[in-house]
This record gives sequence, structure tokens and C-alpha cells, in this order.
Amino acid sequence: MIQVEHLTKYYGTTRGIEDLNFQVSKGEVLGFLGPNGAGKTTTMKILTCYQPPTSGTAKIFGHDILEDPLEVRKKIGYLPEKNPLYTDMTVREYLNFVGELKSIDVGKLKQRVNYSIERCGLENVQRRTIGKLSKGYQQRVGIAQAIIGDPELLILDEPTIGLDPRQIIDIRELIKDLGKERTVILSSHILPEVSQVCNRIVVINQGRLVAVDTPDNLRSRLKKTSVITIKIHESPESQNAKGIVESIEGVILVNEKESTDDIKVLTVESDPDKDLRYEIAKELINENVPLLEIFSEELSLEDIFLKLVTEEVS
Amino acid sequence: MNATLAIYRRELKSYFQSVTAYVTMGIFLALSGYFFYSIFRYYNYISYQTARNPYASQPLNLIDGVMRPLLGNISVILLLVLPLLTMKLLAEEKRQGTFELLLTYPLKDIEVVMGKFLASLTLFAVMLGFTLLYPILLAVFSNPEAGPIISGYLGLFLVGCTFISIGIFFSSLTSSQLVAGVATFGVSLFFLIIGWASPFVGPTLSKVLSQFSLLEHYDSFAKGVIDIQDITYYLFISIFFIFLTLKSLESSRWRS
Repeated sequence: MIQVEHLTKYYGTTRGIEDLNFQVSKGEVLGFLGPNGAGKTTTMKILTCYQPPTSGTAKIFGHDILEDPLEVRKKIGYLPEKNPLYTDMTVREYLNFVGELKSIDVGKLKQRVNYSIERCGLENVQRRTIGKLSKGYQQRVGIAQAIIGDPELLILDEPTIGLDPRQIIDIRELIKDLGKERTVILSSHILPEVSQVCNRIVVINQGRLVAVDTPDNLRSRLKKTSVITIKIHESPESQNAKGIVESIEGVILVNEKESTDDIKVLTVESDPDKDLRYEIAKELINENVPLLEIFSEELSLEDIFLKLVTEEVS
Repeated sequence: MNATLAIYRRELKSYFQSVTAYVTMGIFLALSGYFFYSIFRYYNYISYQTARNPYASQPLNLIDGVMRPLLGNISVILLLVLPLLTMKLLAEEKRQGTFELLLTYPLKDIEVVMGKFLASLTLFAVMLGFTLLYPILLAVFSNPEAGPIISGYLGLFLVGCTFISIGIFFSSLTSSQLVAGVATFGVSLFFLIIGWASPFVGPTLSKVLSQFSLLEHYDSFAKGVIDIQDITYYLFISIFFIFLTLKSLESSRWRS
């Protein structure tokens, strides 16, 4: 289990992160979400014992990052954001080297290297120089390097950044797969990614914790109003459609959007506890309004993210 | 220990995979070969003159005539060449970002530093080893004393050791190889010539300056004297700079 307690980091007078508190239980895949510069990388650098915090601490499987950094580092595999690699080495040489640095037994080393190569799909490029590989493969080498010591905790900083869509899907699958057998913390500023891969999300902004929850809970927590969209064919009867909808009980606000191609669009904000779709449809049809479509919109995670981040700031 | 060995091997391999090792060694050997040639020709000329001059009182020998000036000159070439070997050690890791990853592995800083230090030292020892050809040549055609040659080489090895430890320190301070190289060169040169000022300053300072001078301590080695004091001096300077390197790594964690 990982416990982060009052973690604070200042760079001179600039705030990196302030008073972060959260926990990650064993086997969980935790997503670290926030805009660029929110403090995701800073937190990860502290958890990997690369940088000490200004104040506060974290315990990783019982070992304190300040008192016991060597033990902590034995338990983690880390992929930094820029994925630094020794470009003059071949994939196999490099993984061997990292294995030695992580003091894997000589007897087990070959097996661990083979495991990482196989797990990350590097069989075909294992004898090639890292510098000549595509970015996707380099990213896999970075992940292979992180898992070679069989770490209990995997920390991945923006693992899919700069990859093409195909590669992104591959890497996500790989991470999901790796998450089945170990704890993973990954950071991203892309929401769909986090919601697909992670069980729980930590949202941070400007160095402060904004929310910690499962993707579904986050969604429902922010569903303060539900939005119903109505599409109507332009006709004489549809002139007073807005008025009709407004008169229905439970409707809070109706907006009329500019329409194209003879189609009028109304968005209705209403009480989230009541589903008004049937009421609205019934009233409109009674008044002979040519109703084309009616549907309620779920808030997308992107909206939630933006809402969370902007609400906290303002 | 394993980790030190792993870093040592990687570093040595990367020297030979890039052109660094070949270029530095090539230049070093070409220059020292030229020095040997010209010093030997000069010695040849002088001994010919002496042989024809019945009044010559100075007895000539190969140690004072050839080996001492040769090793003295080699120490100056080392001053130029060793910063080129050490400048990349940590600076390049910092520039590439691999430094960050290295510091998150379960390693002690000293394992990283020693692995790199020993790799440079090995390459330097190999380089120096090639120059043994010259005393061997002398031994084939004459019989120079072995003692002063051995002590001279030991002294030179220790001087190189000092330059390398200064080099690794400056490489730990910056992510620019150029800055590391230039600073190493400057500081090494300063240590080499710091004794020059000793005749002109007060007695206490004079003693301190000459005690700190790399050349001063090298002199006795060149004469064939192996003094524990001189060995201690070189080891002290080397350990001091390695200690500074460790401190600089530690502080870079706090600063970055």
C-alpha cells in the first residue's frame, strides 16, 4: 500500500505541489490527472526518491521515502516522462545493464531480460540499437526497463505521450495487462486514457489535490444538472416550442441554439433526479410540433475534468 | 559491487564503441612517440658531443637524459587528453536524462561514481601501458636502470588519477561536456603549476603551495624515490574530488 501524507514541494518560491494526501491500495491502477504543470511529474519524482519533498512524506509498502530510499527504489519501476535511454546500446544489452544495476541475481538475469522482452513485444528488435528504433518501440523499451526488476509498484509518467494512435492503443493494452499483477501509478493529461486504464483517478491542478475517486463516481458526483437536447423541424408550429418546454415543471433553463438546415436545436437543463424526456415529448407532440430527436446527455469525463479544474481555481 | 561493475563495463564499452577512445589514444600515442623520438635524438647528439670532448664532466645516463624528460612531457599531454575522457562521464547522462533514471535505481551514488571513475582510469592505464614501448626499446639497445622507470610510471599513473577525479567532479556539475572539459583542464593545470608562485610568497604560504603542487610531488617519483608522503598526496587529492562529486550528486537531487 502506498500512503502519501502532506506531500509538499517548492522549487525556490514556486509551488510544485502542496499538501497532497492520498492512498493507493495494492493491485490498484491509479491515474494521475491534471493539466500540464499541475505537479504530476513532481509527485512521481518524489515517490521514486529522485527528489526529496520540501515537507511531508510517503510510505511505499511500509518503507518511508526519506528514511529508506534504497528499499523503496528496489520496489519500484519507473518510466520518466522523457523516457531517457542509452541510445548507443542494443535493447538486450540495455536491459541486461539495467538488470545488473537493479542487482538481479546473475542466475535469474537472463530469464528476467527474456521476460521483459517478451512482455513488451520486443522480440524482433532485441538486437537492434535503441537509438534507431521508432518512438513506439523506444517507449516499450522504457517500460521493459521499468518491469525488469519485477517491481511491486510501477510508476509511469505520461507513458503514451508523443505516440501515434496505434502505438497508444498498444501501450494502453500493455499497461492494463501489467496492472493485473501489480500496482500501477500513471500520469496523463488525457482523460479517456485514464478512464480506460485506471480504477481510480487523482485529479490535481496547480499543485493541489482536486478530487480522488473512481471514474464513475467522479461522473455522478458532478452531475448536478442533466441536459436534454431536442431537435425539431422548422415549421410554424415550432415557433413557440421554447415556450412549451419552459412551462413544463422541473425545467430550469432552455436555450435555443442557431439552427441549420431547417432544424432547430433546444437544450434543456433540468433537475437531475427527474427524467423529463417523456413529459417534453408528450407536450410537444400534443402541440403538433414536428419533433425529430430527443436525448439526454451524459457529462463526458472531459467536461468533468474541465469543471473540476476550473471550479477549484475560481 | 555488481552495479559498479555493470557501470564500469558499460562505460568502457561506450568508450570503444564511439571514436573517443581511439582518437584520444591515437593523439596521445602520436604525441608521446614524437616526444620520445626528439628527446632521444637530442640525447644521441649530446652523448656524441660528450664522447668527443675530453673535458666533459657530467656522466650521461638514459634515465636523466631520456626517461625523465619524456615522462615529464607525457604528464603535460595527459593534462590535455584526460579531460576529454572524463568530461562526458556524468554530463552526458545529465543531458540525455538517463541520470534521473540512474538515481531511481537501487544504487548508492558511490557505486555510480566509482564505476565511471574506474572505467576512465582503466582506459588511461591502457594508454599509458602503450608508452612502455619506449623504455622497452631503450632496454633492448642499452641497459637503463629499472627502478626510476617503474617509480616514474607509478608517479604518472597517480597524476592521471588526480586529473580523472578532477574531471569526474566537473562532469557532475554540468550537463555540458564542453564546460566540464574546460573546467577540468583549467583546474588540473592550476594544480600542476601552483608551486610556481612559492618562491615569491611568505615562508608559510610557500610551503603550502609547494605541498599542493602536482609537479613537486612528481619530481621525487621521477628521480626514483617512492615516498609514502607523495603517494598519500595524490590519493588525498583524488579522494577529495570524488568526495566532492558525491556531494554534488547529492545536492543535485535537492536542486533539480
